[in-house]
Order: sequence, then C-alpha cells, then structure tokens
Amino acid sequence: MNGSSRPTTPSQGTPLLAATGICKRFGDFTANDEVGFEIAAGEIHALLGENGAGKSTFVKMVYGLLQPDSGQIMWRGEPVTIRSPQHARDLGIGMVFQHFSLFQALTVAENIALALPPGESLEDLSARVRKMSAEYGIGVDPEARIHNLSVGEQQRVEIVRCLLQDPSLLIMDEPTSVLTPQETEQLFDVLRRFSKAGVAILFISHKLEEIRALTQRATVLRRGRNIGTVKSASRSSKQLAEMMVGTSVGDIDRQARPSDGTVALFAVTGLDRAPETPFATPLRGLSFAARAGEVLGVAGIAGNGQDELMEALTGEWTGRSHGVITIDGQCITREGPSRRRQLGIGFVPEERNGHAAVPGMTLSDNALLTAHSLGSMVDRGVIRNSVTRQMAAEVASAFDVRLPQENPMASALSGGNLQKFVVGREISRRPQVFIVSQPTWGVDVGAALFIRRAMLELAASGSAVIMISQDLEEIFAISHRVAVLHDGAISAPMVTADTTAETIGLLMGGSVPLDNAGAGKGDAA
Amino acid sequence: MLEDLILTVLMTSVPLVYAATGELVVERSGVLNLGVEGMMLMGAVAAFGVAMVSGSLVLGVMAGAIAGMLTASLFGILVLGFATNQVATGLALTIFGTGLSGLAGAPLIGKAIEGLPQISLPVLSDLPLVGKLVFSHDLLAYGAVAMVAVVAYFLKRSRAGLVLRAIGDNHDSAHALGYPVLGVRFAAVLFGGFMAGIGGAYLPLMLTPHWAEGMTAGRGWISLALVVFASWMPWRVLVGALIFGGITIMQLAGQAEGWTVPSQFLSMLPYLATIIVLVLISRNRDFALANSPACLGRAFRPGK
Repeated sequence: MNGSSRPTTPSQGTPLLAATGICKRFGDFTANDEVGFEIAAGEIHALLGENGAGKSTFVKMVYGLLQPDSGQIMWRGEPVTIRSPQHARDLGIGMVFQHFSLFQALTVAENIALALPPGESLEDLSARVRKMSAEYGIGVDPEARIHNLSVGEQQRVEIVRCLLQDPSLLIMDEPTSVLTPQETEQLFDVLRRFSKAGVAILFISHKLEEIRALTQRATVLRRGRNIGTVKSASRSSKQLAEMMVGTSVGDIDRQARPSDGTVALFAVTGLDRAPETPFATPLRGLSFAARAGEVLGVAGIAGNGQDELMEALTGEWTGRSHGVITIDGQCITREGPSRRRQLGIGFVPEERNGHAAVPGMTLSDNALLTAHSLGSMVDRGVIRNSVTRQMAAEVASAFDVRLPQENPMASALSGGNLQKFVVGREISRRPQVFIVSQPTWGVDVGAALFIRRAMLELAASGSAVIMISQDLEEIFAISHRVAVLHDGAISAPMVTADTTAETIGLLMGGSVPLDNAGAGKGDAA
Repeated sequence: MLEDLILTVLMTSVPLVYAATGELVVERSGVLNLGVEGMMLMGAVAAFGVAMVSGSLVLGVMAGAIAGMLTASLFGILVLGFATNQVATGLALTIFGTGLSGLAGAPLIGKAIEGLPQISLPVLSDLPLVGKLVFSHDLLAYGAVAMVAVVAYFLKRSRAGLVLRAIGDNHDSAHALGYPVLGVRFAAVLFGGFMAGIGGAYLPLMLTPHWAEGMTAGRGWISLALVVFASWMPWRVLVGALIFGGITIMQLAGQAEGWTVPSQFLSMLPYLATIIVLVLISRNRDFALANSPACLGRAFRPGK
C-alpha cells in the first residue's frame, strides 16, 4: 500500500468544494460545530474521526440528505444550498454509502437505472455499464441480481452507479471495511485513476494506514469540531490516532503465547451445518481448538459462515450435525446457551442491539438475562433486583461504561459504551472460555482499546478466548493464533507472529486453498 | 350444469382478484395493510346504497371505489404520516370498516337491485364450449383481468413500477436516492383501497344483489393470503383467485347436492386452504425470501 504515483500537492486556486462554519444540532446534541472543510479537484482527501465525531453528519449535509443549521457551502466558488441528494447529483456530487444502498431484489442494471435520470432503456444502460466496467477494470454484470453478489462486488456496483453520473466529487463512506486487503488494493488503484482524471474523492475512514497510503490530505473531526487538516503522509498512524481521540493512545501488550503443548480447553471437531435459508453459508466440517491462556482469532470476510459458526458455538443452534463440541473434555454439542454458561462459557454475539442486549430494558435486566441460570439473581422465581442492579453497577464501573443516569435503558448508551457493558457482563464472571464475534465493530478507538485489553487480561488469567473478527488489524493486534474462515470451512490455526496480513488476506479471499494454511505450523493442538 | 358451475367460480373469483391485486401493489411498496376486509365492506355498502338511490350501477361501482380509497387514506395517514404500527392499524381498520358499514347499511337490509347487464358478444358467445365461459361476463370481470395485466406491466416494465419495487425492497436507500418514499406508499395505499372498494362493490351489485352486514365473509382475508400465495406476482393472483373461488363454490354446490358433510365444514375449506398454502410457502423459505418485499411492514421515518 504505497501511494507512489499520487500528486503531492492539491491544485491551487478555487477549491471544488469549500464549507465554512457548518453547524448541525439534533436536540441538545451538537453533531457539527463550526466545521470547515475544503477539497480541490482531483484531490483524495480523508475525513477522519471516531464514531460519533460528526463525519457522517457532515457528508450527509454535503450530499443534501441533511440541511445545516448554519454555515456556508461553496461549490466551484459559488455559494449553494444543497436541497436534496438529487440536487447534489445534479451538481456533480456522488456518494457510495458505508451500508450499501443497493436494492437486493433488483438487478444491477435496475439498481443503476434508479440513480440516473429517467429516459434510458435498461438495455442501453446495460451496454454502458459493460463498457465502463471494461474501461476501469471493475468487473460488474448488469443482469445479476444483487443478493447473489459478494460484498466486494456490491461495492463495485455502487461505484459504477456513482461514476455513470459523471461526478466531480465522489464521497466514499468507509469503503474498505468490508474488503480483503487485496480487494482494498484494487479499489485504491481504481480511485487513483479517477483522481488522475480530475475527480475529487472524499474518503471517510478510521483505518489510519489506508489513509496514509491513499490520501493527500486528512481533515480530523473530534466531537463535532474540526481539529485540523494535515498532509496525510506527514503524520504517523499514531499521531493521527491521537488527533482523533484527543489523548495519547496506549499500546497493547500481547502476553506470551501459551506453549504448543498446552491442553485444549475448548474444542470443535467436524462441525457441519446445512444452510437453512438461501443466504446462509453451510458449515463444512470445522475443527479447531482453543488453549488455555490464548486468544484464538477467526478471520474472514462477513458472510463466510461467521453467523452460523457463532450460533453453533453459543448453543443457539443445536441442530443436526456430526460434529462434537467439548469444553474441558465434556461434550456440550446438544446443550443450549444456559447450560453452556453454567459450564463456564461466556458469549458476546456481534449485534449489540437486540441480540447481546435488549435495547428497551435496563442494564440490570440485561445483566439478569445472561446470568439468570447461574444462581443468586433469582430467588424461588422472583428476581432479586438489588443483586441485578449491583451486578450492573459493578460491571459499569469496572469496564468504564459511562452512564447517562443510574441504571439506564440499554438503548440510552452509545455503541462503544453498550459494547463495553455486554463484554464486561461476560468477562466479569471470569468465564473459562470466552467467545466473541466482532468485539469492536463500530465502537470508538478508546472503547476498542479497553475491550481488547480486557480480553487479553482474561486470556492471561488462564481462560481461552475465541474472537471472530473481520478486522485484520484487530486480529494481528491481540490474537496469538489465527484461523481463517472462508466459504464455511476453516483453516488450521497459524501462529499470528509467524504469518502476515497478505497470507491471511489471500486465504480470506479464497485465492489460496485453506489446507495450505500455515503448512502445519502451530497446529499441534 | 358444469358450464354454469364454472361461470359461478369465475364470478366468485372477481372480487378476490381486485382486492388481491390492489393489496399486491401496496405490499410491493413495503406496506402491509390488513384492513382489506374493512375496505371491501365500505366499498360494498357505498356501492349498494348509491346504486339503489341513483339506479345506476356505474355510479355504484364508482362510489365503492371512492369509499375504499377514503378508508385506505385513513390507514395511510396513520401508518405513513404518524408511523403507527401497520399490523395493529390494519386490524383496527377492518374492525372499523365492519362496524361503520353495518351502521350505514342498516336501512339497506332487505332491499334488492338488478345486476350489471352482462355483455353478450354475439357470435363469440355462441361459440361451442368456450363461448359462454369466455365471452359472457359483466364488464367488471373483464376489468379484473385487465387490471392484473396493467399492474403486471407497471411493476415489471415501467420506471414508476421500478421505483415502487425499490421502495418496498429498501426504503432507506430509496430515500437516499431522493425518491419520495411516503408519497409513493400513500399512492399505493390509495390504489389498494380503490381496488378493494371495487372488489367489495362487486358483491352486492353482481354476486348477491342485496346488502347484508359483513357480507364479504372473510374475502378480504383470503385476498391477503392470496397475495402471499401469488408470491407477489400479479398473474399468479389470477390463478390463486380461481382456486379459492372454486373452493367457495364447491361448498355451495355440495350443499345443493345434499352432501352429508356438514356445511360448516365446507365453509371452513377456503380458510383451511389458506393456512395450508401459507404453511407450504413458509416451508420454502428460499422462495419466500427471494420474492417478498424486504421492507414489508416496516415503518419509515424520514430524516433518521
């Protein structure tokens, strides 16, 4: 990821887009406070900030989805009021959303037609799509239905859809969060080509290495305020992170890996599962084991069986399988979640709202929901509120959960705070085995750091931690060994320190078969 | 005898085709209106009242359509304007329509009118075998087939239909692209009311030329099931309506023939068939998921 061929200075003269003094409030929350921002034609400019820093709010105003309360937007030197996304597109502003805005039941061509002015037949449009995808090397089949496409392919559809509108400014909201390292590199090549053709690209991300590799300048937002605009390559990732967070960012020390001879605490052998819906991934004979004292990372792109695997590990799914799951040698294949918790396993599923926690219930009730089978909270069928409240309060203080009031509803907590609570709720019981999916998905840097440290401490105290994550930086930051999930099959675990992101990326993308993984290294469990 | 039986089946299917085709468009836009039964009853009572007073069946049908639309607009304002729960609001609409139509129709009980003149195409309707079956219906019956064709073309080929399907599939994305989600949905809900109103009007004007309280007798519910049965595809509505209509008639014919089966059991058959079809479809999740509008029943709040 080196940005060898990029121009080093943005073109002089009138900026393509200049925003000054932009303010936006939602109730008494100030999302944008006097934000200023400039981008020149052909520039790749990063907008950087934590979740909730106001990046999305800002670009939504540039794209006409929201109106600023005050402030001025200049487009090509002229003041404008961007009334609607349609108006933004007419001006030449296109946007690729973080959560895809594609219509799953429609074809690629139909999806693109919806974003273009009416009048062109679908047949003509399909021909144009083919031509463009050949020209820029973006493979897209106009007749395919979206729900049959991979995430990377869907993103290419979004990009083609934007480009057919011939934009001068392309806004990309966290485009790489769903891509393998190789796909990311391809995307960057395409983006550099557009930049050379004079298209300005506003690139939103929190992946600092990517920002340094791709963009020329970066504007950092923190709590709705512009902290500054810097030349991306002139700062280290750590410096950028500190600008984002506002305090110095600590490092994580990964403790020594337990020796290969350490006994496997939690083992899965030959787990398979037939798909129940057309969108489910079948599991194909998964076998792996986690040892006491280690963090075992399970890498993979979303949709390769993570959800299905997680359900099998938590006991939410105990259907027909030839596989066997054991904890400390005891078979739990047929046991449900409560029994598994009693045996010392803690779980945190990916989705905070509605799966790990009930948004409309208080934290104490949420604490009860996962601990009711463990005694002390329920007395002859009656909930002991003092105990559940105390448990929730202890978790909150031990895991730095910032509460807007005493014992709030789960929905009153921000994503990072709620995630700290649901992770803390499990870890504070010191489970022998801790299984978590996407532990820091969509949480801010500070909370992510806290959660990762807590998992490492748990492992250091002799538990086994299994972490399913799409975030390779995270996998490499804290896991001792890593296995790759691809198309419902899993590779042998490799020692993280002995492998590279490229190796893992190739396995994740399926371009190297999983049985080549690690060549037997670290597979002694 | 058989010819008459088939003719009756065809006529029984007509109101189902109207109501289900309307509801299909509503559901394709992502709105679930469970108030079809209520809208049909409102259409039926308005149609019968106006036809009796004016002596004009055409005015009657128009009154039915307008009454259906007005009832639907109530639903649309609540569900789209105030983002109320669609299931609860739809159920309330059925209860409301049943009550109000009963009240408004009280003075009409026991009155009778003539049916729409049937269009007998000379020559054609004298053709052997198919002549009478195909060419001797009332205008509304032909209208039903025509509406299915129009809706099928609209959804599949027109730009507006594409926008409607897109809104039903993902309203947030459609909003982000600048399409008026609530506007399109309101129009769809009104169209659903229009069609349910005509379907309701057909009952007292054509099928049984009198008014009786609750005379739709569950046809609104069957229409709702029919939409699922048709997996949201217009032409399948036509096939499903014939099957459901056939079951209804079998029940009546059975009574006339003096079958020893209790008539209550036969009355159950359409509902039993509905349940069986629902079970069959939900077992085939592959099919159901790939065809059903993903936003069905989900409230949309712009700006959030």
